[in-house]
Amino acid sequence: MFRSIVSRLASSSQMGVLAARRSVATSSRSSMAAGKLFVHRDSEENNDETPFKFTDSNMKRVEAIIGQFPPNHRSAACIPVLDLAQRQNNGWLPLNAMNEVAKILRMPKMRVYEVATFYTMFNREPVGKYHIQVCTTTPCMVRGAYKVFDHLKAKLGLENGETSDDKLFTLLEVECLGACANAPMIQINDEYYEDLTIEDVDRIVDMLKAGKTPKPGPQSGRNAAEPLSGQTTLLETPPPPDHLFRKDGQL
Amino acid sequence: MLSLHSTRRAAAQATRLAACVSTAARSSSTLQDSDRIFQNLYGKHDWGLKGAMKRGTWYKTKDIVLKGDDFILEEVKKSGLRGRGGAGFPSGLKWSFMKGATDDRPKYLVVNADEGEPGTCKDREIMRHDPHMLIEGCLVAGRAMNARAAYIYIRGEFFQEASNLQVAINEAYDAGLIGKNACGSGYDFDVYLFRGAGAYICGEETALIESLEGKTGKPRLKPPFPANVGLFGCPTTVANVETVAVAPTILRRGGDWFAGFGRKRNEGTKLFAISGNVNNPCVVEESMSITLRELIDKHCGGVTGGWDNLLGVIPGGSSVPVLPKHICDDVLMDFDALAAEKSGLGTAAVIVMDKSQDIIDCIARLSDFYVHESCGQCTPCREGTTWLAKVMHRFVRGDADKEEIDMLYELTRQIEGHTICALGDAAAWPVQGLIRHFRPEIEARIDAYNKSKADAILDAATA
Repeated sequence: MFRSIVSRLASSSQMGVLAARRSVATSSRSSMAAGKLFVHRDSEENNDETPFKFTDSNMKRVEAIIGQFPPNHRSAACIPVLDLAQRQNNGWLPLNAMNEVAKILRMPKMRVYEVATFYTMFNREPVGKYHIQVCTTTPCMVRGAYKVFDHLKAKLGLENGETSDDKLFTLLEVECLGACANAPMIQINDEYYEDLTIEDVDRIVDMLKAGKTPKPGPQSGRNAAEPLSGQTTLLETPPPPDHLFRKDGQL
Repeated sequence: MLSLHSTRRAAAQATRLAACVSTAARSSSTLQDSDRIFQNLYGKHDWGLKGAMKRGTWYKTKDIVLKGDDFILEEVKKSGLRGRGGAGFPSGLKWSFMKGATDDRPKYLVVNADEGEPGTCKDREIMRHDPHMLIEGCLVAGRAMNARAAYIYIRGEFFQEASNLQVAINEAYDAGLIGKNACGSGYDFDVYLFRGAGAYICGEETALIESLEGKTGKPRLKPPFPANVGLFGCPTTVANVETVAVAPTILRRGGDWFAGFGRKRNEGTKLFAISGNVNNPCVVEESMSITLRELIDKHCGGVTGGWDNLLGVIPGGSSVPVLPKHICDDVLMDFDALAAEKSGLGTAAVIVMDKSQDIIDCIARLSDFYVHESCGQCTPCREGTTWLAKVMHRFVRGDADKEEIDMLYELTRQIEGHTICALGDAAAWPVQGLIRHFRPEIEARIDAYNKSKADAILDAATA
């Protein structure tokens, strides 16, 4: 049944021209871009000599995180503690950060490596000061996400997954970020920038280059996910707490 | 979210239910503003404790908790509330499964806030604009299950939402609303916030539990079901944010009030997130069983270029099959009506595509999404999603044989149902929907490609 498909897939001439637009994104894809390789390769900036130690204030946070879980489940803190390590280390996780987390949580190192490679938010190579993630999944795509992405690529001179030489920007195509009613949108570090036009993108990048902080959220002037032309619901003042309260006397 | 697929049985059940419900009977969809549960959906009011209490959150919560688990379960059953994460499993029934575990292990409520299904952006609005509704919901739902703590698993990208939620949790602790002797009811209940780290698969309930335990988010085999062996080996129920957040209001206003909206077996109000080619994409609370057309025309200013410019709609997030215009004309937005059209309500995330869009490309992009998000555990999904994407991209160009359309359909049938979780199903269904409704487009694309190729050869020969 599948033979013809298989032979077709095997034919390299056919495969070679996968839509160039997202060739990077489709081959094991932004995960490759997010984590580059799944294996660690020693480099000057990331090898087993690179020091990593939690600051004292972060160590207190680590203890607080561990306290949220039953005492015999310290390893449950793995994801939040890795996140903390990444925040302390300019947005990426060197090898020794993962080792340190393993030591603190009394986990085998390999378990921590597994987690750090599985989740797309963990970067195991340095990223720019501004990590720009462009959502291009279908709801954003139909609102012009690829125009935004292409514009950013041209403006920053970066391809998907690359970091600029001045270490200011990293550009990455990502999957749905969950702000579909405010498409197209990008995430820069922790902030969402929504309802974007090309002009908005220019303004945001220029402000970042100038060291200023653009205002996050929808750029179209709306507050959140209400209809842009004005609310169609919730026009009245919220009713008082006992509004429609049950009358059967149960409460 | 992936709980959309958490129980394949639920989907089957929904289809069975659909057969019993007549499409004729439906209550009016005119929902008054004062009926709406989420009064601060757009963040126009104070989301903090003071503002939330003014809007009725935490009103008589102590009395609800004191009434006990049976009362809460009974009311939720009466309300007809079905899970809002996608699968649509009756919530009262699901929560009552926790009674099955009678040993002394602690029980947990886990709130699935890993909103990642493309098109879905409703839970985000709850968490950033009305976080106290979710926290109060945790206490009420937790009481119904006799849980000792709730873990809210929020997707890592939702940083601002997590901040608001954490502030709200701290406020609730300080006010004695949760923690020891919550609301002065004598019941101890903790709420913890847990940020994920970017993995769609963690929206699947067992993958979410694995992730909460600090592991990679790879779904577990069921049984044992989480209600028996879940988080940290203890009885656990995973529920969607919206499901949990509406519970206190249902209790306060009565199950019958909630059941007064929508059709039978599809009762209640629901947050709809409409994205794509509409004039005003938005998130809005509406009655269940509203028609798709009314939803789009009333709240979104219509489809771009008018209703006749509509190409297709994905009615429930990326995982459900696309519907062509002639079905969209009069379909109702509820579990059973959409199941009857071989699609689904899913998370009620409506993705609208107008005639300027290439429907094949839209679905191919979704196939890319599933390639990226497959956890790699089961072969049919890991290999199948990649295979689907490769063939879909050839379909986009038209570089295919027409017989491959049926082969691709057969391939989706080989993925569906042959994996541990339902991500495989979710990857298969959009492609199935495309083939079911848009086969002529695919064939035309193939014809056009062949013609251009033949023309090129002729040109070369005659040049």
